[in-house]
Amino acid sequence: MKFLVAIILTSLLAFISGLFLPWWGIAIASLLVAVLVHQKAGKAFFSGLLGVLFLWAGLAWWIDMKNNGVLSKKIAAVLPLGGNGMLLVLVTGLVGGIVAGLAAMSGSFLRSKESVR
Amino acid sequence: MKLLKNRMQPGFIVNFLYLFLSFTIILPPMRIVPFLISAVVTAGVVFVLDKQWGKIPPMGKFLSPQHGLWQNAEPASQRFDADLSFPDLRGKAEVYFDERLVPHVFAENDEDLYFIQGYLHAKFRLFQMDLQTKAAEGRASEIAGAKAINYDKEQRRLGMKFAAENALKEIEKDPAGKILFDAYTKGVNAYIGSLKASALPIEYKILNFKPEKWTNLRTALLLKMMAKTLSSGTEADLANTNAKSVFLPEELKLLYPQVPDSLVPIVPKGTMFDPPGIVPVQPATADSLYFGNKQTVTAKEISKPDIHNGSNNWVVAGSKTLSGSPILCNDPHLDLSLPSIWYEMQLQSPSGNAYGVSLPGSPFIIIGFNDSIAWGVTNAQRDVKDYFEIKFRDNTKKEYWFDGKWQPTTQRVEEIKVKGSTTVLDTVAYTIFGPVLFDESFSTELSTKRNLAVRWTAHDPSNEGMTFYKLNRAKNYAEYEEAIKTFECPGQNFVFASKAGDIAIWQQGKFPARWIDQGLYIMPGEDSSYMWQGFIPQAENPHSKNPERGFLESANQRPVDSTYPYFIPGSYITPRGATIEKYLSSMNGITPEDMMKLQNNYFNLLAEDARGILLQFIREGDLNATEKKYLDIYKKWDLMASPESKGQTVYQLWYESAEREIWLDDLQRVNPQAPWPGGQISMEVLKRDTAFKFIDNINTPQVETLYDAVTTGLKKASVELAKLEAEGKLEWTKFKDPTVLHLLEALPAFARKGLHVGGGWDIINAMKHTHGPSWRMVVQLSTPTEAYGVYPGGQSGNPGSKFYDDYIDTWAEGKYNKLWFMREGDRADKNIKWTMKFSKE
Repeated sequence: MKFLVAIILTSLLAFISGLFLPWWGIAIASLLVAVLVHQKAGKAFFSGLLGVLFLWAGLAWWIDMKNNGVLSKKIAAVLPLGGNGMLLVLVTGLVGGIVAGLAAMSGSFLRSKESVR
Repeated sequence: MKLLKNRMQPGFIVNFLYLFLSFTIILPPMRIVPFLISAVVTAGVVFVLDKQWGKIPPMGKFLSPQHGLWQNAEPASQRFDADLSFPDLRGKAEVYFDERLVPHVFAENDEDLYFIQGYLHAKFRLFQMDLQTKAAEGRASEIAGAKAINYDKEQRRLGMKFAAENALKEIEKDPAGKILFDAYTKGVNAYIGSLKASALPIEYKILNFKPEKWTNLRTALLLKMMAKTLSSGTEADLANTNAKSVFLPEELKLLYPQVPDSLVPIVPKGTMFDPPGIVPVQPATADSLYFGNKQTVTAKEISKPDIHNGSNNWVVAGSKTLSGSPILCNDPHLDLSLPSIWYEMQLQSPSGNAYGVSLPGSPFIIIGFNDSIAWGVTNAQRDVKDYFEIKFRDNTKKEYWFDGKWQPTTQRVEEIKVKGSTTVLDTVAYTIFGPVLFDESFSTELSTKRNLAVRWTAHDPSNEGMTFYKLNRAKNYAEYEEAIKTFECPGQNFVFASKAGDIAIWQQGKFPARWIDQGLYIMPGEDSSYMWQGFIPQAENPHSKNPERGFLESANQRPVDSTYPYFIPGSYITPRGATIEKYLSSMNGITPEDMMKLQNNYFNLLAEDARGILLQFIREGDLNATEKKYLDIYKKWDLMASPESKGQTVYQLWYESAEREIWLDDLQRVNPQAPWPGGQISMEVLKRDTAFKFIDNINTPQVETLYDAVTTGLKKASVELAKLEAEGKLEWTKFKDPTVLHLLEALPAFARKGLHVGGGWDIINAMKHTHGPSWRMVVQLSTPTEAYGVYPGGQSGNPGSKFYDDYIDTWAEGKYNKLWFMREGDRADKNIKWTMKFSKE
């Protein structure tokens, strides 16, 4: 349950951070959530990762759909991801997710003295 | 520049390592250590993803859906309506976009009109404006890094910024005109000022830099970049100098004739010319110091424009059209790029109403029409750039020998900032002739010790922009003539037609009056005797109005025949003009559709000329089966350079191969290089004499004849052709691979390759590999005006927009968009898709 709440909160807070902060606002958002909703480091990592992965991949997918994939297939040829726009959506989610996961883990360690679970 | 290699970033590896450790090594109960490690690693990853690594953009920022590339993925249903207010505006204005995203701007005054033009250019084309003007100024290294240093040095040594500064001074002399340039600049900056980082064009995100504020100087720089493209590559002084060191005067005349036999000039043959207003005199020392100087030169320009930069325009009078109204046509040939070089728009204010294409970075419509007239341009191809050899007192370059004494130079210290490296300083000495382009500290070949100053008309103060301001508003022939009078560089063929029924053409520019052969080679620069003695009076520039035959055309050929009383060298292109003339002279009852077909015509006139000679001199008995097969394809060829034509490919390779058999051995006597005899020259020489001396290969003991050149030519070409055939590239379009590149050539994903287009440099449809018709326009001056146009691109510069390249297929198929000339009464027309409102408050 906590895990799910952390994921949803991370997504939400990361989205709001994106409106006001540079891209690395997701790290702050994810760290904050991990402090508020305390879990063990490993779990915190994955909730942070999934929270932003869902957010970034979700947003990218939504934008890509409205764009009819015009840009993603070009960028996926530059990057190079074989011109596969869906792969670019996935990579987008993963990169954001990893940053958020690490930040969440840091947040978890910050409240380590208290009992977890 | 290849972006982003397929490899893991070091940051990731550290991370995964740490993750692994953190799950296996537990350090209870002191969690401060893991926190610190974790926080440092997180910060490290953020740092790595926030920074550009070589060509890899900052990936965190780049991938973030709220900041990076995804923000450039424009929804297919995007609306462009807006309500905007800027304190710099004076009144209200509306911009109506039609379904092709062409803006029709209606403003209450000219200042607001050009403010909005600037705003729209920036909104849809900011990156290209910014990049092109930075490149013009010699600042490419700031974006591309150390590999662009020599390019930047050359731009600065050619005096590009110096030229733009002189143009700016001229702009500022005319307060009424300056207001328009100021308004345009304010409009560009109004957009840049409102731009959020997330809305930056994607190229900025990939290259990780930011747009710079616009200035009138940058507008001047853009126009000077056009001047360079069109009037800097039209001379071959350095290569000619080397050729002169080897060939005899009569050989030079044969190789590089001034008036080609097959010339069909712009001004109809038989036109009488006035006696010259100025008669330049050859210096007394010319035979010894100039013609007799056999010294070679190793210096070479790095970014010399393509000599096939050209264009077509023509106009037919009402006497030859079905409607009885004149039809004007234009297709300028340039390096095709995405975003496109042109931006289509309509600009209306109380002072005028013009439709056509504009150059992002400059106000005004450059090629187009209004309610009364239409105009178009092709390049004059005239040589307006000469080199003078400078003798410096010492290597401080502070003084040079001129007219019997040491004169001071003016020195400009050029500071070239380099991305990822230290700033480079380069001192450029300016003489009475102009900047010293080549000296010991700048040359592609360090062995060069010759100091060469460049005299180029683009350096002279002039205000080309105002010609377009006036043309946009001209109502008749007199106003057109008045508008173009002050246009100096690059020399252009301004074609004209009016609803009153007039047709005309002027080759307009500031052209030096030269004594015969002046400036073909490097000239002595130690006194004033070799300097230009004056300019051809403007009224004597080649022109023609309402000729009896009812049409006029220009296609980069020599503008006049040998009766014109001036020596006018240039890099002229002969076959296209002759082809256009062949068609127009036989056509009657012409419709706009006929003209569209002509702009897309594939007939190869030069090949028709060559056919007799190739077939007469081929020794069929000496050919093997493969060679015979290609000869057979050639024999069946219809002389059309159409996309699927195999005959065109066979012909092209065979002809070029035979030309090499004839010329290469002789030209190789010149070190480092001699100019290649232009397009139709081999054919002209052969028509006069099929046994002229250059046919013999001087490197063999026996004497070769034309039979050998033609037969060996086909044998060698066949090897190449067989290779092409094996790769499936025997069809002309497959061989040529017509491509529209993105401005950053390293981004093939943003380009359009493999377009199904035929043509060539000497064909009316002049599409080469990446160079060709950049805007095709056909305007019938009937009431109402009937206009058609298309360019290989789209209105939006954003690769993430459906408007980025939506005209390319239309263009490739030879089809056109109907141009909607909107009027006051059309403000509620169904063609209007979006409206942008501008106001002061």
